[in-house]
Amino acid sequence: MNDDSIWDWERAWEVLPDLLAGLWVTIQITVLGMIIASILGLFIALAMRTPSRWLTTPLKFVVDFIRMTPVLVQLVFVYLLLTAVPGYVVGFVVLGVHYATYMSEVYRAGIEAVPKGQWEAATALNMSKGRTWRAVILPQAIRNTLPGLGNYAISMFKETPFLFAISVTEMYKAGQDYGANTFSYVEALTMVGLLFLAVSYPTSLLVRRMEIRLA
Amino acid sequence: MGEDLQELIDRLPALGDAVLVTLEMTLGGALLAIVIAVVLGFGSRTQSLWVRGPSRVVVEFFRGTSLVVQLFWLFYVLPQFGFKMEALAVAIVALGLNYGAYASEVVRGSIASVPKGQWEAATALNMTWFHKVRRVIFPQAWALMIPMLANLLIQLVKGSALAYYITLQDVNFWTVELRRATADTFFSYTAGLIVYFVIAYLLTWGMNILEERAKRRLGRGTRPTLRETFSLKPPTNARLANTQMPAGGGAA
Repeated sequence: MNDDSIWDWERAWEVLPDLLAGLWVTIQITVLGMIIASILGLFIALAMRTPSRWLTTPLKFVVDFIRMTPVLVQLVFVYLLLTAVPGYVVGFVVLGVHYATYMSEVYRAGIEAVPKGQWEAATALNMSKGRTWRAVILPQAIRNTLPGLGNYAISMFKETPFLFAISVTEMYKAGQDYGANTFSYVEALTMVGLLFLAVSYPTSLLVRRMEIRLA
Repeated sequence: MGEDLQELIDRLPALGDAVLVTLEMTLGGALLAIVIAVVLGFGSRTQSLWVRGPSRVVVEFFRGTSLVVQLFWLFYVLPQFGFKMEALAVAIVALGLNYGAYASEVVRGSIASVPKGQWEAATALNMTWFHKVRRVIFPQAWALMIPMLANLLIQLVKGSALAYYITLQDVNFWTVELRRATADTFFSYTAGLIVYFVIAYLLTWGMNILEERAKRRLGRGTRPTLRETFSLKPPTNARLANTQMPAGGGAA
């Protein structure tokens, strides 16, 4: 072991395969989580539009509760409660549900941004309610929500390290394990941070371009 | 259930200490974040590349690397370089840097959406740059940025739960201890989440009041109904809502 220098390039290379394996897990969880978030989020947004207060008031409370409490605590809670379910599954489901509460706001804003004339035109054409939603409103609303979806995908990607708490070996946990085994966190944790930056920064530039294009 | 409740009541004094630790991190982190946000927000707007370049790099760096990584890096790695900080200081610095970077985008966006005529009018009145910003521009931008800063503040509270893993005895720690004592996961974690919810709710309420005051100072006060004051408002400014947010509570 080289005691003179704090940073050891050899060790940085040594840890890289572990981290890339972790990165792959991180990406899987982000994709699965975002699939849940974007579907469930849409259903929440649609349910919030129903006129019945008996449905919207409790739903709003649940959504606010999930949104305003730490996802880290929620993860550990569900993991301890459902001991039979593996951490990996708990991870993407809890992240997905948590982000669904954010996504529901994105959908709400997207639906409200569809001009009123579109509704009136659909009524004038004697379209059924279901057809109006499917053929007129949602295609326009979802276009409005794409940048929001992208931004939340990036932020979920950066929140997957919380899964270390439920012992899922994603990228951060892989780095931490390496550090614990070799008593040297310097290279491992620094590389983890740089890998996060290497993925999330280019992605955020892409999302920003999409935002400008769709605006 | 009765025993659980008794255990909870016995642990109320400990809950007070735990909430205090969480609030220390929240307020410390928020104060650091707002200072960083204002400096970097204005830095990202200057003409000079020597100021704007580094500001952008710092903002993108702290937004791009995850909060978890930053916190543990400060806790495990920084001491190897000879800087040893107390755990509470590590948490405040990590939260402040991370959310400060996000908030700087909010500050930059809000300043950019103050009409240009306001700058020109202030220049015409021969105000110095600092005077212009303090008396004319910032008060208007401030009213715009509060709803989004409120979202970030909630994010910060939620992020502070991480501090349990660097030995701090916050609300998350209290929850884990309650579970250990009662052996009832559902009861203890529900209690812990409710505590976080109440903290977040009170902070949102405080920010709603701040927003109302800021608007009234600009002569745009709209005395809100009691219901509006107590509600959890999503951001109102559609144009600013598009500036990239972290997992924003209600940000769209």
